[in-house]
Amino acid sequence: MKIELKVNGKDVAWDCAPHEFLTEALRRHGLLGTKRGCESGDCGACSVLLDGEEVPSCLVLAAQAAGHEVTTSEGLGDFAAPHPLQQAFVDHTAIQCGFCTPGMVIAAKALLDVEPRPSEHAVRECLAGHPCRCTGYVKPIQAVLAVAATNAGGEAR
Amino acid sequence: MNKPIAGAPDGEAWDTGAGSLGEVDRYTAVGKSPERVDAMKLALGKGTYADDVALEGMLHLKLLWSPHAHARIVSIDTREAEKEPGVRCILHHGNVARIPYTTAGQGHPEPSPYDTFIFDRKVRFVGDRVACVAADSPEAAARAVAKIKVAYEVLPAVLDPRQALLPGAPVIHDEPEATGLPGFDKARNIAAAMEVDHGDVDAAFARADLVLERAYSVPYQAHCALEPHSAVTWLDEDDRLVVRVATQVPFHSRRILARILEVPVQRIRVVKPRIGGGFGGKQEILLEDLPALVTLRTRRPARLVLTRAEEIVSSRLRHPQLLRWKSGVMKDGRLVAQELEVLANTGAYGAHALTVQTCTAGKTLPLYRAEAYRFLMKTVYTNLPVAGAFRGYGGPQGFVALESHMDELAGMLGMDPVEFRRRNVVGPGDENALAQALGEGKEGPPQRFRSCAMQECIDRGMAAIDWARRPTLPRTGTVRRGMGMSCLMHGSGIPGVDMGSARVKLNEDGSFNLHVGATDIGTGSDTILSQIAAETLAVPVGKIVIYSSDTDHTPFDTGAYASSTTYITGVSVKKACEGVRRQLEDAAAEMWRHGGDPCDRAALVVKDGAVCRPDGQRLSYADICLSTFYTHDQHQIMDHGSHMSFECPPPFAAHFAEVEVDTETGGVKVLKYVAATDCGVAIHPKSCEGQTEGGCVQAMGYALSEDLTFDAAGRTLTDGFRHYKQFSSLDLPEFQTILVPSFEPSGPYGAKSVSEIPADGPGPTLLNAIADAIGIRIRELPITPEKVRRAWLAKQAEEARS
Repeated sequence: MKIELKVNGKDVAWDCAPHEFLTEALRRHGLLGTKRGCESGDCGACSVLLDGEEVPSCLVLAAQAAGHEVTTSEGLGDFAAPHPLQQAFVDHTAIQCGFCTPGMVIAAKALLDVEPRPSEHAVRECLAGHPCRCTGYVKPIQAVLAVAATNAGGEAR
Repeated sequence: MNKPIAGAPDGEAWDTGAGSLGEVDRYTAVGKSPERVDAMKLALGKGTYADDVALEGMLHLKLLWSPHAHARIVSIDTREAEKEPGVRCILHHGNVARIPYTTAGQGHPEPSPYDTFIFDRKVRFVGDRVACVAADSPEAAARAVAKIKVAYEVLPAVLDPRQALLPGAPVIHDEPEATGLPGFDKARNIAAAMEVDHGDVDAAFARADLVLERAYSVPYQAHCALEPHSAVTWLDEDDRLVVRVATQVPFHSRRILARILEVPVQRIRVVKPRIGGGFGGKQEILLEDLPALVTLRTRRPARLVLTRAEEIVSSRLRHPQLLRWKSGVMKDGRLVAQELEVLANTGAYGAHALTVQTCTAGKTLPLYRAEAYRFLMKTVYTNLPVAGAFRGYGGPQGFVALESHMDELAGMLGMDPVEFRRRNVVGPGDENALAQALGEGKEGPPQRFRSCAMQECIDRGMAAIDWARRPTLPRTGTVRRGMGMSCLMHGSGIPGVDMGSARVKLNEDGSFNLHVGATDIGTGSDTILSQIAAETLAVPVGKIVIYSSDTDHTPFDTGAYASSTTYITGVSVKKACEGVRRQLEDAAAEMWRHGGDPCDRAALVVKDGAVCRPDGQRLSYADICLSTFYTHDQHQIMDHGSHMSFECPPPFAAHFAEVEVDTETGGVKVLKYVAATDCGVAIHPKSCEGQTEGGCVQAMGYALSEDLTFDAAGRTLTDGFRHYKQFSSLDLPEFQTILVPSFEPSGPYGAKSVSEIPADGPGPTLLNAIADAIGIRIRELPITPEKVRRAWLAKQAEEARS
């Protein structure tokens, strides 16, 4: 089946099997920042923004995204202009193996978009669905809080 | 004190000699925390992992796993499966060569038993390999797997290591080909065994004023690297087999694949891309043999990626152990005798069966001075999932026993647990009493501790947690608080075994290519080795272009395990760069001589990317390279270095925790955790912190929440993240890492290891803190709320009776 959706700001028309999950469709189209960690919605490695809300793309059928807007880590920034969250994860040595990082960045983006100056607890809650076996979460939390600290109170970015 | 121990073989000795912390202030690249060299591409989500390639015509593999804990395969019928559209190849014991090997990714010869076949006529646990289908799509492969008909003769299974040792127990490895090191006794289900006495143990116990003996139990733990085991294979344009695999050990993978696939080493190229975490689980030749076989048979690219459930059930786990610790102590608090007995469960196969358990003893027993030591160990087979290497490699198990025991001993003596440890813990200049007896499957080199800041780790950890508050914590009512601590040591590489190498060459913009066999699995070693190169060559880290772990294009390295990369490979990088630095000075001297302005070669120094003369003249590396490439005295400035160490300097640490125990629910909340670590000079301090934070949080899950459970038939019940509870960001306590500097003379720029020691601490530290909070000594992990609550109720009942 053919589905039309917006991915990282661009209108696309993709051929998908009716049972294909969004993770697979994205990866098949070269968007490899969306990882497979559990394929059961428990690890957040495949998180993307669907109309601005964080969803595990392994539990969303590609067909369900038709007519909607999907943002992946590739849509947030690139080498020339990384997103402030991507830059903060780099600056805070919050990346070890990096497999969970795009999912964490997506989750943090979803949080900061609605709550520009979250509390530490809110940041911890936002990352709670993103098990990371490398970092122990200390530096990822610091990275998100550092970006939040640059946000003017109440102003969404 | 600052010399290696007398008698250590010195043929390969390498030592910075009189280094000291004073020189650290002059370092320009080491001791800083630059941006990690791979961080931005990972943050952006670039496709850099094993499974991030999709090749034309690639086949997808799915496995049929054993539904039985122990069974003989009577027949396999693949006729219906072969009819499934898109199926290209089905592998099973009937069509694959039967060559015994070990999946343990260790040096040659591996000290693990050869008890594994690519496919066998027998299955030994629920989740063992039965057959593999390669098809055009994953869905077709899965449909075909479901159509394979297997007839099994189900055999009695044994799930408990104690019962596996009993006469008449089912024999799990009855195949004639299985072999192992001395101690291996397959007829009795023993994968490895060892008995060591150091000093007159019985006499020392007889002399002791007090003897304490206690039993402890530690469980399986799953690695949970977020990236599953993944491999993609293909034949390149020269018909050579390329293996792109998530591995910690690319060179061991190539060697072992060559043997079991019966393909010459020179026909195989193993490439390690970025790795999504390993923790020991990828120190294993776990799956790449299957896509490689499919590629060799079909000539098509092949891909195998495990699911999360397969990852938990059919990859590798931490060895569960039953431990018995006995110690003899004098009334003044002086330890005189230490005895450790370990019964470990390796599951169905003996990967790392000997060496994990010798490390259980090797990291723990020598931490405290005593007159005599005894170690008794058996690792037994059971029909449960397979244990292997896991961060800490026996240490987290052993320290649960040792450091719980030290607290209990202090209590018996009426001493403060910190003071008791201070009195007995080793210090600079002490010998490692068991280094020789507990080598890697053979006698090890003797060891003396040189850099050791253990006492300062204790001081600073106590201050950070405010240990003086301990007596004032609330210990009445429903919710009670306590503090605990533990002392730890680990190792840096396997002495006399681990070897790393590096190659460096100069480019005409003054940058350098650094090629290392070392395997960055998320540890940061590519960055750390780049810093060592930058320091030695006097350039910014950005001038180093590192490429690692490709058996065609980088020199050899044993791999990312045993806390060895910084300590071993780091020195090989330094040696190679020192050679390049000499060549740069030679070339500059020749350029000046050729230009009619000769200089004193001995007075030249390198600084800021240039060779400098005392008179202020300088030649940049870029100018030197352009000249040596195109103009005069033409040659490539490059060098290589290899390193192996007979020394294994331990990092030391003191961990402290404050916990809150709810006596009504049994729930334990970690409020604060402090890890003070002496890892020598921290090459990249932020990464050392990250290793400490991550290692500790991983081990907090081991201590409190991670619980692999099995039903009576040996099936894993907790085979997903939803049931197998790791620590999350919400469970993380207030965490403080303290890096306590020391200077290790045998390490690169004073460094030793940091990556494994954090995993040793949380188990005993939290057990001790809980005992302090509620007066109940739990001797078993995981410390689930049920266990705490039951122990609390039993204590209440006992107090009511008395």
